Amino acid sequence: MSENPTPEIIEPSDGARNTRRTGKVSSRTIEHYVAPLEETPLLAVDFVDETAEPQSMWSQAWRSLRKRPLFIISAFLILLVIVVAAFPQLFSHVDPTACRLDDSSETARAGHPLGFTLQGCDVYSRIIYGARASFLVGLFTTIIVVVFGGVVGALAGYYGGWLDAVLARLGDIFFALPLILGAIIVMQLPAFRDNRSVWTVIITLAAFGWPQMARITRGAVIEARGADFVTASRALGLSKFRALVNHVIPNSLSPVIVIATISLGTYIVAEATLSFLGIGLPPEIMSWGNDISNAQTQLRNNPETLMWPALALSITVLSFIMLGDAVRDALDPKARKG
Amino acid sequence: MFMFISKRFLQLIPVFLGATLLVYFLVFATPGDPIAALSGGKPMAPAVEEALRAQYNLDQPFWIQYGLYLKSLVTFDLGQTFSGQEVSDVLGRAFPVTARLAIMALAFEAVFGVIFGVIAGMRKGKLFDSTVLVASLIVIAVPTFVLGFVLQFFVGVKLDWAKPTVGVGAPWGDLILPAAVLGLVSLAYVIRLTRTSIIENKNADYVRTATAKGLSRRRVVSVHILRNSLIPVVTFLGADLGSLMGGAIVTEGIFNVPGVGNLLFKAIKAGETPTVVAVVGVLVLIFVLANLVVDLLYAWLDPRIRYV
Amino acid sequence: MTEQTKERGLNPADNQQPLLEIKNLAITFDTPDGPVNAVRNAHLTVMPGETVAIVGESGSGKSTTALSAIGLLPGNGRVSGGQIIFDGEDITHASEKRIIELRGNSIGMVPQDPMSNLNPVWKIGFQVKETLKANGLAGNNSKERVAQVLADAGLPDAKRRANQYPHEFSGGMRQRALIAIGLACSPRLLIADEPTSALDVTVQQQILDHLDTMTTELGTAVLLITHDLGLAAERAEKVVVMYKGQVVESGPALEILRNPQHPYTQRLVASAPSLASKRLQSKPLEVAEDLNAVVKPEHPRNTDNVLEIKDLTKVFKIRKGLGRSEDFTAVDNVSFSVKRGTTTAIVGESGSGKSTVAQMVLNLLKPTAGSIAFDGAQMNNLSEKELFTFRRRVQPIFQDPYGSLDPMFSIYRTIEEPLRIHGIGDAKSRQARVKELLSQVSLPSATMHRFPNELSGGQRQRIAIARALALQPEVIICDEAVSALDVLVQAQILKLLNELQENLGLTYLFITHDLAVVREIADDVCVMQNGRIVEQSTTDEVFNNPKSDYTRNLLAAIPGSTLLI
Repeated sequence: MSENPTPEIIEPSDGARNTRRTGKVSSRTIEHYVAPLEETPLLAVDFVDETAEPQSMWSQAWRSLRKRPLFIISAFLILLVIVVAAFPQLFSHVDPTACRLDDSSETARAGHPLGFTLQGCDVYSRIIYGARASFLVGLFTTIIVVVFGGVVGALAGYYGGWLDAVLARLGDIFFALPLILGAIIVMQLPAFRDNRSVWTVIITLAAFGWPQMARITRGAVIEARGADFVTASRALGLSKFRALVNHVIPNSLSPVIVIATISLGTYIVAEATLSFLGIGLPPEIMSWGNDISNAQTQLRNNPETLMWPALALSITVLSFIMLGDAVRDALDPKARKG
Repeated sequence: MFMFISKRFLQLIPVFLGATLLVYFLVFATPGDPIAALSGGKPMAPAVEEALRAQYNLDQPFWIQYGLYLKSLVTFDLGQTFSGQEVSDVLGRAFPVTARLAIMALAFEAVFGVIFGVIAGMRKGKLFDSTVLVASLIVIAVPTFVLGFVLQFFVGVKLDWAKPTVGVGAPWGDLILPAAVLGLVSLAYVIRLTRTSIIENKNADYVRTATAKGLSRRRVVSVHILRNSLIPVVTFLGADLGSLMGGAIVTEGIFNVPGVGNLLFKAIKAGETPTVVAVVGVLVLIFVLANLVVDLLYAWLDPRIRYV
Repeated sequence: MTEQTKERGLNPADNQQPLLEIKNLAITFDTPDGPVNAVRNAHLTVMPGETVAIVGESGSGKSTTALSAIGLLPGNGRVSGGQIIFDGEDITHASEKRIIELRGNSIGMVPQDPMSNLNPVWKIGFQVKETLKANGLAGNNSKERVAQVLADAGLPDAKRRANQYPHEFSGGMRQRALIAIGLACSPRLLIADEPTSALDVTVQQQILDHLDTMTTELGTAVLLITHDLGLAAERAEKVVVMYKGQVVESGPALEILRNPQHPYTQRLVASAPSLASKRLQSKPLEVAEDLNAVVKPEHPRNTDNVLEIKDLTKVFKIRKGLGRSEDFTAVDNVSFSVKRGTTTAIVGESGSGKSTVAQMVLNLLKPTAGSIAFDGAQMNNLSEKELFTFRRRVQPIFQDPYGSLDPMFSIYRTIEEPLRIHGIGDAKSRQARVKELLSQVSLPSATMHRFPNELSGGQRQRIAIARALALQPEVIICDEAVSALDVLVQAQILKLLNELQENLGLTYLFITHDLAVVREIADDVCVMQNGRIVEQSTTDEVFNNPKSDYTRNLLAAIPGSTLLI
């Protein structure tokens, strides 16, 4: 229903309908030009080009993606991080926990390409073994946020009404607490402080990360639910809920995928920040955040012990953000033909 | 317009109540004895414990506790720290420092963010644009504390262009480097937002119409493209002021700035839960008020909003 | 401005030299897939004071050609050949400074979409004033000038209106403001790019009349861009027909209309709905007349009314903030019936409530009052199961071909979906059925592997028709089903609908704003205004002998309707 705030002004049509408009005739002579037919051949109206290969939206996006250098680089780096996180022993034969104070702050030497920390641990090996915790936090936080925030946002957007109003206020409340601030409060609760693990960090980050995803999904669902094809399928007899699952959600996925990819990176940063503040992962878990935190005291004497894990962290995060950017461009409806 | 303001104001009240309730509930009503938490798990005399319970109203039912907490926030009578100082005094000293820091950071990201964003957007696809885009991605990817350390080390220590840590009283000059670090991530977002917005508006129909009127290029850009593009940016900046105050924890820690973040962090480390709850409550209040200001600003910038 | 006009009038030499001359123009767009020639070999001349119309379908290059004259090509477009001569001066590659000088006071523009062409954050007066200022015409009393310019464009109460924002204006008022801006500096040439195609016909007619009067007064030449041949012939002295980036024919307007030479123009003239005078022939005329005799609303003895709508009313609550709301009656006491195997059109302008009626008939919206009977059965309180059966028998086709197909579904899945929902057949028989349906809408069966984004608007609309036909419905509700299509494609789809009706005995409820289309497809017509039916009768009766003033206005407003061909 569109409501027009200001109705059209209709002028009193005195005589307008009595005058028969008969067209204008120029006093000048106007040449009647006809283009030669061979130069302007007439094509059949609206024919189907049967030569082109059929393409779904996803296959089109994939075609456009795989040609982008940004995508190739970031996808390669992310694959590498995943393999490292899954099989760290393939990349380093040095035990990251076998630290000898004799090696304290030693520089690089054969077998130890990046030198040693203050405690005499091998920096390279710690980076390799630290990937797992950082990556898992990012991955599981994103999964929880997408599932929970996505479901909440989709239901709120699709059904609207009081459900939407309540969920919107709930989202606002969580928004009023910045992620780090909220995480600090939760992480120092006795229940969390005494049982710190990868999971407490994941739960905390997810608790303050879901409203953003809910908002994005809600917006996308509201846009999709008004489409004619949803009305058409309802008119075909599809139930309201099935229409949500079959039509609305698949058409709302693009922004969710993009934001999820980028968020995965930012959650890794958030974990590192919490660890840096001493309230993230427990010290016995090897992670980039913990290593950076430990190295900060040595910044002036041995900056490399801080730089290397920071570099690993930054490149990983950058890969996810770049991947998200590339996917966004590929899925952009404006860039697609249609 | 009055309707709009009052409506937005009314909508913020439940947000404020909800957020403070959330914090209060998390801290005081979750499993685990808050008094034990207050002492950091060390045993304490029963008399001291009783006194503490009374002081923090823990002997009252939950809703009364929360009500008293709200009252303390609104009257700014925030209780005492463990060392016996008034929280409002401590906060009163720390707050101006953080406010100064946040405002400088905001100015930094607004000025450079808009300038770079506009140039990048107007020259989409050119070298400047690509460079700025990649740089902004890197800034977002590198954690603030790493950036903080690196800049502190190079600019502060190696090059000696700025003081690596902030001196007594936190003078403006000392805050330049911390403010830049604090604003850096938001700067990247402002650049990207401005750029997207400019690109979108550059191709808008009304810009073409404005050009067709015979306006100079300069006027088309400043009156028609810029003003419309800055609406989302201003909204972002307003909301960001609140997050900057909250996000100052890391930066203030690195540069040893005696601000709210530092205060909060020390209180958390020391397990001073009442202080934490009080300070967070004040921050939520600021955040909510900042959002109200953003709404008003938004309505002022975009006439279409005013009558909704 | 009067001085200028006089000056021009005094100089007879002006009449000899063309005001705008485009010679062999070629325009190229640089796209990621390489350069695309949007326009080639285009040539046209506009004499001072003359109105020239460029006619073509979307993508024919008509706007691109016209906009190149004031250097308004999109960023990736450039003039790659030929010449643009304005008043004897070659401006093909003129400096930006020179083009800016020309814009506004020598060449003005009225753009297409009034909704997006005014900057939403500035007041109307401001946007007019800056036009005057940029061309040094603001003078000392710019407020008065602005009000005068707006009043000239037919905006009542101009002083107060100048102080308002675009969103406080209706579409027609915005278009008047845009005309005011375009003509504010009395340009010698006005480029009017589909200036009224987004507006209702009656508003369109008034605005074009006004534009006509103003340009005649000022002696301004007009380059009118339109997709509507009837409108072009009625408003211009000369018509230029463009097809696929080339000029295929040009000449005196009426001559082109009456004696088209190029096959494309011939096709265009033959399909223009505004010029057509009778119903597409899907059945022998005698039968049609018989039907006309039978359909009399007073005689409910007719058992073959598929749809009977009685006293249908829909009231919406419009929220006015803070819990207050206002009633808005979108559909007010509407009654009509639709006879099996025929087409009934509901015609009305925007806000007339016609689409709301369609939604209620489709059972997608609950009526506030009144009844809808389908095949004798009341629809008010259908059970889930009955509703499900009803869905099989009544199907919709929507306006926007880009929105009515799920972009994630292949064509096969799109057409198969209704069969699957209703559990008809197995995978194999469903595939055979999809092929059959595709051939019914004249598309190759290989189309089923494709996705909507690979098809044109007309093809998508065919798919939507195939989907609607899948369940072998009895009634199809076409909600502006051809309004978004180009003329030739529109004619094809209408023909297809007509053939399907003949072969399958379908009944159509045809919702449209376009009376011209009604004449081609409908047997009976209901004319709606502000939620009420103001006139209902057979199509011939409505066209030949309209009873209400409103219908007469609508008929008179069809562009080209009064041209003698």
